[in-house]
Amino acid sequence: MAHSTDLDLVNVIKRFGSHAAVNDVSFSVAPGEFFSILGPSGCGKTTLMRMIAGFENPTSGDIRIRGKSMIGVPANKRPVNMVFQSLALFPMMSVGENVAYGLTCRDVSRAEAEERASRMLERVGLKGFGERRVTALSGGQRQRVAIARCLVLEPTLVLLDEPLGALDLKLREHMKIELKQLQSTFNTTFAYITHDQSEALVMSDRIAVMNQGKFEQVGSPRELYHNPATPFVASFVGETNKWQGEAAAAANGAISVRLPSGTVVQGQGKVADKASLAFVRPEAVALAQDASVLSSLPNRFEGRVSAVLFDGANSSLLIDTAGFDQPVRAVLPQAGPLAGIQVGAPIHVGWTADAMKVFAA
Amino acid sequence: MNRPSLSWKLYIAAFYIFLFAPLLVVAIFAFNASPFPSPPWRGFTLEWFTGTGTAVGKPGVLVDPIWLDTIANSFKVAIPVALLAVLIGTVNAWVLERAEFPGKTFLSMMMLWPLVIPGVVLGISILAFFSRVANGLEEWLQTDLDFLRPGLSLVVLGQLSFILTISTLIIAARLRKFDRSLEEAAFDLGASRVRVLRTITLPFLRPALIGAGLVALLMSFENFNTTLMLVGSEAPLPITMYGQMREGASPAINAVSLLLMLGVGGIASVFALTSKAER
Amino acid sequence: MSQKPARSLTLFLLLAPAVLWLGLLIVLPHVEILVLSFSERVAPRVYAFGFGNYLEFFTEPLYWRTFARTAIMSIIVTALTLVLAFPIALYIARVAQGRLKAMLLLLCLLPFWVSELVRTLGWMILLRETGIISYTLRAIGLADQPVELLYNDGAVILGLVYGGLLFMIVPLANALESLEPSVVEAGFDLGGSRWTVLRRIVIPHAMPGIVAGSIIVFMLTVGNFATPVLLGGKNGLWFTEQIYAQFITRFNWPQGAAFGMLLLMLSSAIVWAGLRLTGQSLGTTLKQA
Repeated sequence: MAHSTDLDLVNVIKRFGSHAAVNDVSFSVAPGEFFSILGPSGCGKTTLMRMIAGFENPTSGDIRIRGKSMIGVPANKRPVNMVFQSLALFPMMSVGENVAYGLTCRDVSRAEAEERASRMLERVGLKGFGERRVTALSGGQRQRVAIARCLVLEPTLVLLDEPLGALDLKLREHMKIELKQLQSTFNTTFAYITHDQSEALVMSDRIAVMNQGKFEQVGSPRELYHNPATPFVASFVGETNKWQGEAAAAANGAISVRLPSGTVVQGQGKVADKASLAFVRPEAVALAQDASVLSSLPNRFEGRVSAVLFDGANSSLLIDTAGFDQPVRAVLPQAGPLAGIQVGAPIHVGWTADAMKVFAA
Repeated sequence: MNRPSLSWKLYIAAFYIFLFAPLLVVAIFAFNASPFPSPPWRGFTLEWFTGTGTAVGKPGVLVDPIWLDTIANSFKVAIPVALLAVLIGTVNAWVLERAEFPGKTFLSMMMLWPLVIPGVVLGISILAFFSRVANGLEEWLQTDLDFLRPGLSLVVLGQLSFILTISTLIIAARLRKFDRSLEEAAFDLGASRVRVLRTITLPFLRPALIGAGLVALLMSFENFNTTLMLVGSEAPLPITMYGQMREGASPAINAVSLLLMLGVGGIASVFALTSKAER
Repeated sequence: MSQKPARSLTLFLLLAPAVLWLGLLIVLPHVEILVLSFSERVAPRVYAFGFGNYLEFFTEPLYWRTFARTAIMSIIVTALTLVLAFPIALYIARVAQGRLKAMLLLLCLLPFWVSELVRTLGWMILLRETGIISYTLRAIGLADQPVELLYNDGAVILGLVYGGLLFMIVPLANALESLEPSVVEAGFDLGGSRWTVLRRIVIPHAMPGIVAGSIIVFMLTVGNFATPVLLGGKNGLWFTEQIYAQFITRFNWPQGAAFGMLLLMLSSAIVWAGLRLTGQSLGTTLKQA
């Protein structure tokens, strides 16, 4: 019977002594979804993943897979398979034996297991690798073997514990795309944990941002990026400018914030307390050599370029701006008239009130 | 420092000659057709290995029942010692690396202790203790408990007392290098606990298990101090050799020694090959 | 939680072999000889508590002199082994490269895979009156009658040093191996002579290895039996021989047990002192070896 969700966590709490590693987390993952849990190291995401896999038991709460509670079900009996951070390929076995391992555990005949393993290897683009030793594979190939080893068992859910962490940058970029493609061709539900926001943003259908044992926000990559619900999400997901100040007048969600220097900026948000944090994405900061271009913006300031951070398409400027204790960071389009700007050049910056998110500090 | 002086090199050369001289001499004089293992050289012979005794006065070691029995005795001790050392050593290694319980540090120190006890003291203490146990039990059960009296079974226990430390250390060292996520991965893929142990953990430990077994075999074969205190009427090889050497030996003992060297060399190369193959 | 009792049962089963081993083969036997060493025979087959066995040790010169001799000779042997082994270990660790290094180390190991008795037999054939050295000396005219090189202290020391070499070289080489070449180079660069660099940089770095090697060699030497008896003959006078004599020949177990306790104390005291002097623990020291 098809169930509308593959995975449900209900008020899951995990305590180690008095410390709550996972503190009252609930979420659901739909069939075929690529769901990521994003958070800094030590936020409890690994513990959460290990509870879903069955290596840890929650202190309280329920974990359900296709509606069936997994409490008390050991890891080897759950329809969940995990790709480990270290990949954990069995070094004493060939590639084919690694992939066939789970099948032989299910008493599938040897011949059939080998047959299905080699078909799976073919599907992940490793045709004819069955006889090789796992130590003879490249990083990306090992990755694919680790995933094939799970997928061959046709699990309801595949868990991935930062599997790209050990790869070098170039390969990691490549594997992000490959993982996403694999997931969509197999149409298997993936739950992916990572501390790398770019991995999460690129691959996921939905992301949960986790901090100190709790979910801060769950949503699509776009939602998280453009409408962060908490200051943590605003600063953890994507690059951002961040200033502290005091919230002044507020009406209809519009808020003005007075910075310590006395400068007032206009933003949006709901703030009960006075102390507040204001965030602006670097790409939301408009740049102009002529102040008149920015005249329609409620936030307009004049500054001087203090550093040019050239990084191709990701290039940006740091701008010392009067009234701001930290330089304003702004994306520098490499195709525009400002592409050749030098340190020390005077410049005008501005942004809309919508672009600035204000939160209680 | 990177350019060794000539005198240093000469010293190294002299050192290795010094190291091998006694062994070489033992090997060479195993083939001397003389009733004594001393110069002069009286010609090459294999009598000390296979001779019937007509030419040199004593039968060769491969036909002499005295030597054959003593070699058999050594095996009767070494094989149980090696098997038990691997079996118990594996359990101990598991305790050291995997189990958590109060007093673990104390236990791991205790496991090292046998290494700092002189072998003779181990021998007499086990002899004295098991004699007392045997006396007590025999009185109570009204039956003879010969296996607690000096003899091969007591030699096995005496050798185990310190060989277990070695086998435990060898296996624990390998277990420490084991990536536990391999076990979790296998478990996650549906394997039972027993299957994980059989297909993942034990294959990983295999070189250490073989190594520990071979080291235990060698140590048992060569142990003298502890064994001397615990032997009964059936003597293993080192004890018989010692007896013969005190009396003024015939080259038969050289022949035995050469066989021993070849055996040890064989075991050592198996050990070296298995450890290399795993790397 | 039904896992709790199952888990403690597993722990119990895992611990059982270790507890049986250490209890039945190490702790209780040592308690036994400790008790035994304090028992005196007051009448045939009747024993009472007393210090007689230890008093006997101090009043009978043969016993305590043998004990002192064993201790002193063992220290000499350990020192000699260290001095002889150091250049070898240094060469293996710092000079030799690749295959040569592996081969030198393997060649060091090989003789020690062979029984102590075989090695001692070799020395007997070399050193005795009718042996190879004596024979050679006569053949080249350096002696006109057979020379007895066996059955003296020199032969005993030679045999014991030979037996200890490997156990010194391996920990030394391990310790020297970890010395950064750049540190040595810096020492030379800063104007140190060979001797200063050795004394101020190399030896301090090798200290854990030196301690480990020395402790092991000392323990093996003090507890040796066959080498002093076979190479020293009547002049061997090693303390283990006294233990053997009391236990096996005279069947005076309480006296033998007292001797055993004394030997154990000597061995432990030196190990302890060595560790204290250099501030190391037994665990790390044994790991060095």
